[in-house]
Amino acid sequence: MASKVIQAYYNDDDILMHAVKKVKAAKHHIEEVYCPFPVHGLDKAMGLAPTRIAITSFLYGCVGLTVAIVMMNYIMIEDWPQDIGGKPSFSYIENMPAFVPIMFELTVFFAAHLMVITFYLRSRLWPFKKAENPDVRTTDDHFVMEIEIHDNESELKNLLSDTGAVEINIAEKNLH
Amino acid sequence: MYTVSNRLKIGAIILMVVGALGIVSGFLSAPSTVAEAKEMVASHGDGHGDGHGETVVDEGHGSYTEEGGHAMTEAEHDEHVFHQLQNKPWAALYVGAFFFFMIALGALAFYAIQRAAQAGWSPLLFRVMEGITSYIVPGGIIVFVILVLSVMHMNHLFVWMDADVVAHDALLQGKAGYLNPTFFLIRAAIFLAGWIGYREYSRKLSLAQDDSNDDSNFKMNFRISAAFLVFYLISESIMSWDWIMSVDPHWFSTLFGWYVFASMFVSGITVIAMVTIYLKSKGHLEQVNDSHIHDLAKFMFGISIFWTYLWFSQFMLIWYANIPEEVTYYVTRIEDYNLPFFAMVAMNFLFPVLLLMNSDYKRINWFVIMAGIVILAGHYMDIFNMIMPSTVGKQWHIGIPEIGAVLFFAGLFVFWIFRALASAPLQPTRNPFIEESKHFHY
Repeated sequence: MASKVIQAYYNDDDILMHAVKKVKAAKHHIEEVYCPFPVHGLDKAMGLAPTRIAITSFLYGCVGLTVAIVMMNYIMIEDWPQDIGGKPSFSYIENMPAFVPIMFELTVFFAAHLMVITFYLRSRLWPFKKAENPDVRTTDDHFVMEIEIHDNESELKNLLSDTGAVEINIAEKNLH
Repeated sequence: MYTVSNRLKIGAIILMVVGALGIVSGFLSAPSTVAEAKEMVASHGDGHGDGHGETVVDEGHGSYTEEGGHAMTEAEHDEHVFHQLQNKPWAALYVGAFFFFMIALGALAFYAIQRAAQAGWSPLLFRVMEGITSYIVPGGIIVFVILVLSVMHMNHLFVWMDADVVAHDALLQGKAGYLNPTFFLIRAAIFLAGWIGYREYSRKLSLAQDDSNDDSNFKMNFRISAAFLVFYLISESIMSWDWIMSVDPHWFSTLFGWYVFASMFVSGITVIAMVTIYLKSKGHLEQVNDSHIHDLAKFMFGISIFWTYLWFSQFMLIWYANIPEEVTYYVTRIEDYNLPFFAMVAMNFLFPVLLLMNSDYKRINWFVIMAGIVILAGHYMDIFNMIMPSTVGKQWHIGIPEIGAVLFFAGLFVFWIFRALASAPLQPTRNPFIEESKHFHY
């Protein structure tokens, strides 16, 4: 679906934050904000739902812990029992302290990597994907706030120019 | 200005009185002859004594052991148990005294770090921290008095202080250059003087800053705090060898200082959080918001994991290598102290990890209090597990003397720190970072 959007450019994150609050107060829906770096508190100001990545992280950690336990049990106890410092070699629990570093590492490994992959998928990022940001300057020193236009172009323009935008453009855009 | 409520004052005094009764009854019920000790152990049921009556191989803990373990005759064994039972009230007193002193010292380290880092979030909590650290004066003096009494042979907490034992022990003779009563007390005096001196001077500067018209007091506080941290790291490490590790003078661990530090640090932070929440619930510290509590809870969570890391590092290396002279430490604890030993790990690791993992829970005040109580109980058990196996051996018990000591020092602690809190306004006014702290938002 192609639609018209208005893009307001800012060159400071504080001004951007105030602009976002002002636009939200005027009851407009902000489609997206493109930033060169993460702006603290921007998600709250935009009214985005809280992230659920922490929950996935916990679950992935549990998966990693389980993998570590099952793996070490298979490798070191069942398949080819190993003599660990002279401890009984047919018992997982009696050799458990030796496996704790592995349990810890795999918990962290799974949580971290799967969390990154989840984040990429959720943000629709994959290799060779064409960049979505409307202007290369958003990777340098500019912030762009994007609002969809519903026959209110001049009203939005007035509002945005009051918020300290350094540039305002109208663009056609395919929104997902 | 905060004034201590009468209920709190009376509660603290009741704790002290009840605790003192418990301590006294512990001393009165300690056996004064070998025969009495024998009777006590017999009437105590067979809970402890599988090996009684035969010769027992002692693992190198306790009062009258020579050289790494020898077969004891029955008479020797009875004598040994007698000394352990005589040590019991002393050990209970020492664990309680050290535990509450350690909370104040841990809070002092946290305070010094905030000062040295010129942290912007914490100045609103400085008066709370200063209140808690005020306890190192009475707490430190009490611990020092117990150490002096040990040197005077009033008790046998430290075997190496006994000239007879050293005369028959080549290892202790080798360590005598360091582990001798005079040098031991000199070190303790220097450390306590350093800690108390820093605390009092920093508090003075902190109060002076409020009335001054420049930042010179603040800058001075920054400088002495940085210097203090250097002194603290060294002295705390040596203190942990002296006051704790040396109860078992044959055994040593190179990361013991860090391990004790983690314990005191997390206990100190926990008490800072609990006192802050208490004062907030009474309508003081209006400027302290949920983000401050959140940060303290993050420290409780993080340092609990740090403690576990050190605990496990110490355990795993010794378990893996399985060298007799090292592994005896854990053999004693797992065989004779199974429940407190493993319960402590659950309380100090599993509980904080599961309770405080969720970001939102770190802002729920009663949740932080509940987690804090478990953490404090867990770290009391930690100190218990450090001191008891080498001083009372199998005769341990969490009974009237132990609980009495905890109640007494808890009462004294509460009484003292709230008295200090009431002696100055709870909110610093001229700290250069106070505005940042008021607006602190996570």
